[in-house]
Amino acid sequence: MPAVQETVEQVRSIDVDQYKYGFFTDIESEKAPKGLDEDTVRFISAKKNEPEWMLEWRLEAFRRWQTMREPDWARVSYPAIDYQNLYYYSAPKRPSQLSIDDIDPEILATYEKLGIPLRERDALLGIESAGGSRVAVDAVFDSVSVATTFKEELAKAGVIFMPISEAIREYPELVKKYLGSVVPVTDNFFATLNSAVFSDGSFVYVPKGVRCPMELSTYFRINERNTGQFERTLIIADEGAYVSYLEGCTAPMRDENQLHAAVVELVALADAEIKYSTVQNWYPGDKDGKGGIFNFVTKRGDCRGDRSKISWTQVETGSAITWKYPSCILRGDNSQGEFYSIAISNGRQQVDSGTKMIHLGKNTSSRIISKGIAAGYSDNTYRGLVSAHRKATGARNFTNCDSLLIGDKCGAHTVPYIESKNSSAHFEHEATTSKISEDQLFYCRQRGLDPEEATALIVNGFVKDVLQQLPMEFAVEAQKLISVSLEGSVG
Amino acid sequence: MNADIRPIRTPAEQALVSALGSLPETGGGRLADLRRASARAFVENGLPHRRVEEWKYTDLRNLMREAVPLASPATVARADAGARLLNGADLRRIVVANGAVVRELSDLDGLEEGLSIATLADALASGDAVLGQLGGIVPARYDAALALNTALASDGLVITVAPGAQIERPVHVAHVFAGDIAAASFARSLVIVGAGAHFTYAESFEGPEGLAYQANVATEFVVGDEAHLDVVRLQEEGAAAIHLATLLFDVGRKAQLHTFGFSSGAAVARTSLYATLSGADSHVAFNGAVLVKDRQHVDSTLFVDHTVPGCESRELFKHVLDDNSRAVFQGKIVVRQAAQKTDGRMMSRALLLGDDAEMDNKPELEIFADDVACGHGATCGAIDEDLLFYLRARGIPLKEAQSLLVQAFVGEAIELVENDVLREALVERAEGWLRARG
Amino acid sequence: MAMLEIDNLHAKIDGDEGKEILKGLSLKVNPGEVHAIMGPNGSGKSTLSYILAGKEDYEVTDGSVTLDGEDLLEMEIDERAAKGVFLAFQYPIEVPGVATMTFLRAALNAQRKKRGEAEISTPDFLRLVKAKSGALGINPDMLKRGVNVGFSGGEKKRMEILQMAILEPKICILDETDSGLDIDALKVVSEGVNALRSPDRGMIVITHYQRLLNHIVPDFVHVMNKGRIVRSGGKELALELEANGYAEYQQDAA
Repeated sequence: MPAVQETVEQVRSIDVDQYKYGFFTDIESEKAPKGLDEDTVRFISAKKNEPEWMLEWRLEAFRRWQTMREPDWARVSYPAIDYQNLYYYSAPKRPSQLSIDDIDPEILATYEKLGIPLRERDALLGIESAGGSRVAVDAVFDSVSVATTFKEELAKAGVIFMPISEAIREYPELVKKYLGSVVPVTDNFFATLNSAVFSDGSFVYVPKGVRCPMELSTYFRINERNTGQFERTLIIADEGAYVSYLEGCTAPMRDENQLHAAVVELVALADAEIKYSTVQNWYPGDKDGKGGIFNFVTKRGDCRGDRSKISWTQVETGSAITWKYPSCILRGDNSQGEFYSIAISNGRQQVDSGTKMIHLGKNTSSRIISKGIAAGYSDNTYRGLVSAHRKATGARNFTNCDSLLIGDKCGAHTVPYIESKNSSAHFEHEATTSKISEDQLFYCRQRGLDPEEATALIVNGFVKDVLQQLPMEFAVEAQKLISVSLEGSVG
Repeated sequence: MNADIRPIRTPAEQALVSALGSLPETGGGRLADLRRASARAFVENGLPHRRVEEWKYTDLRNLMREAVPLASPATVARADAGARLLNGADLRRIVVANGAVVRELSDLDGLEEGLSIATLADALASGDAVLGQLGGIVPARYDAALALNTALASDGLVITVAPGAQIERPVHVAHVFAGDIAAASFARSLVIVGAGAHFTYAESFEGPEGLAYQANVATEFVVGDEAHLDVVRLQEEGAAAIHLATLLFDVGRKAQLHTFGFSSGAAVARTSLYATLSGADSHVAFNGAVLVKDRQHVDSTLFVDHTVPGCESRELFKHVLDDNSRAVFQGKIVVRQAAQKTDGRMMSRALLLGDDAEMDNKPELEIFADDVACGHGATCGAIDEDLLFYLRARGIPLKEAQSLLVQAFVGEAIELVENDVLREALVERAEGWLRARG
Repeated sequence: MAMLEIDNLHAKIDGDEGKEILKGLSLKVNPGEVHAIMGPNGSGKSTLSYILAGKEDYEVTDGSVTLDGEDLLEMEIDERAAKGVFLAFQYPIEVPGVATMTFLRAALNAQRKKRGEAEISTPDFLRLVKAKSGALGINPDMLKRGVNVGFSGGEKKRMEILQMAILEPKICILDETDSGLDIDALKVVSEGVNALRSPDRGMIVITHYQRLLNHIVPDFVHVMNKGRIVRSGGKELALELEANGYAEYQQDAA
């Protein structure tokens, strides 16, 4: 397979500590005044021409947030975040979302550098040749969505794919019905903050019986200094619908930490299926732990209808701090939840990530495959909850979490909570932690691979079960990222 | 802000705080200081509740609301203290009733060479030098049950096994709650097994069926280099009792330590086991069987700390839950950076027989050394329908088939008990539990 | 000068104060020659193969090993591989999740790159693997599976020979390649090895039993005991050992 070769190439071509997405795009932007109060919330809402009900919703969240405390149960430590020293809104000065030609050429160039073609014809050429399928892209630059591709073609199929700021105006009934219905406004400190100040994100609605004709994708980019990014994504798959959604993230290299607190809500009605894939490669900070993104994300899917299915796949290689637990509420009978995760930490990164599978309906099933790789001075924690409630007759879960340690200065931790209140529920959990096998390394090196090539190859094998869950285009990208992330970890 | 709001004390907390208040304010020595510090810690923190991570599933503040007086040792020196458990076996028996050693019921004569047994009360009175080791093993975080025990226990046993001594006959400490007044008893013991010595320690717990008494025991074990210690516990407290046990281990180089806990008694039981592996290349195994029914709540919490290289730890717990019972297993293996070549495996399995039973599993790994092989597993579910069908197709009635399968399930853990006499006694207790189930 | 020259090699387990495993072993292998090394269990045969491949668990305390005049002991494991040292493992290692095809290609290209050669093109690589695996009776499905994962003993050994055929080493070290093989598998593997005999390539065949040497006929046979070669001869020496066993050498050395 050429991918591994590319992986190996990638390792060779990149110097230690080089983060290839770490450039900054110099464009004029418009910001809300620094700090956060009710006026900031009003400013954001006004910028988005939001209806009154939305502003009220935000203000309620903001008031609630003021009474909340930052959670401290995760195994991460970081300097206190000064919420008054951040910009909560930053937008490129040119008007966005008019037509592709109105977008600042600098932004277009940025996305091209990132490998995300925004022009539809480019997308057709570029991505079709790679993966054989087309991908519709919504690109979010700091606080606003700058371009959504293939909108018209999707509209023909009845699929709504647009920035959430637009959906609030155009489909208020849908938004009102579903926004906050999976992650309530009061859910947790970061989600509540997001509810107050989110500026953009993607909205997807796939109507009854429709199989979305292409992969949908959002690309997030933090550009501005001292800017928090708070995007909000809402995806609804109506009865019998299917959608696959991809998310990618990058940020410039900066000395100071940047805050990212997103909320993603998924709703799958009866017989619907949502597949949500993330390749998270926010800037992780330098080798001494300076700079990097603080990534506090709430992602939750609600299998609301019978026989519905939600599948999360994540490849987490970036961010200084990752605090993220994509979860499934298995409400509908016979509904299914899946969580496939690769979390790689190197340098001074700290990852605390996992999932929650809440079994409420009958004969619900869930599957968790988590692969954690810790290198350098990093800490990598899997934290998960599997629970069966009294009425979850016949619930099933299988969990496998494996951790690999590379070097003796890092830590790998596993904290699963497994709670069964139903005797017919059947849960199986297994976890292992080990170091990369000396025998495997010797074998690979005897065949001619150098230590870094051998490590990359073995690690790619270790995470294969998860990589297989990703759409083709992402799998190749993810494989490269894994090798790059482990750069410098082999002594 | 939902900051640290001081919760209102429950009646149980109030009673305990006032009992602690009656401790002498002065008095010298390390142990007196330790007592006062523990008392202060309790007054400050109170009983743990569900927001205290280690007690998440056993909200003691809620489960132990009623105030009971401290058990009075005066009422216990009665011949009818009735220690029934493990009576048939050839063990050196010592009876501890309501937290105090009952000499006339205890076999303290003709001790083997190298074995010494004293009561804690005597040791305290005579200022025995060995007490310098009491309170020497300290958990990383405040533990309410242990703090109460440290502050309030006045008797128990101090057992030392001289280096190299091979003590064949197990010592059995039979804890009994006697009387008809619900009260709280506290016993504290210290067991020191010298380098290269071999020792088997058994303890049992029992009391009146309907009485809501509280038994709090804590035992510290210092396991010397290359020593071999087996610990077997049989917890069959009365059905209304609250049982709080803390076991603390410090394990030396190349030592072998095996513990087994059988727990089928009490309304609420919590056993916290803290083991620090402080000498390289030791082998430890902490196993257990928990059989619960009705509304029983039994919590087994383990904390195994690998601080040195080359140690092997094994944990296997089997839980059988009938009716509305609840069992909790929390097991944490920590591997410090220096503890290279650690081999740790932990497994918790649960069989849910009752429709409304609840099993909470929280196995944890916290690993800072890279050259390790560690793992944990947890399963819970009903009896395998296919197996049941197979047995029934061979003509075995349903209940009997269930019993056979449960026995096999629990047997896998009990088998790990090395001492034949104790192992057989435990098999018998498991069978008895199943028979009583009908 | 011989292609491979082992001179007075002494070695012990790294970090172990204990006694030496190799105690002054010398051997010369010229291109085109097949040397069999026989000896009782524990004589140091496998240690020799690991030291030649560069396994880090051993420490060479004296002596030298050169390949085409270059100091082999100074080279990294993968450098030796690129120079043409190939070890067919007695117990091939499983690498889960890494497809055999991926592995073969990664190894081949890594070696070519180290030698300053161009990478092999995809069609050429596929043709190469197809031709070589067909001859060894290796099912194409096996190549899609993880390296050695779920393979039978015979399949693992055939896979080692396939790797040897594709990587085209200069010096092949076969460590107990016959262990765990039934007679049919032994034939297939031996034919595979014989097909690789060439005037440019040397081989060291390590085995406990003579039966492998019926199939891979050596030019020289060496008897190894207690860390050194105690007797050398032609292929007839193997038959003698088969008849008389190792007893006399073990006494001699004692």
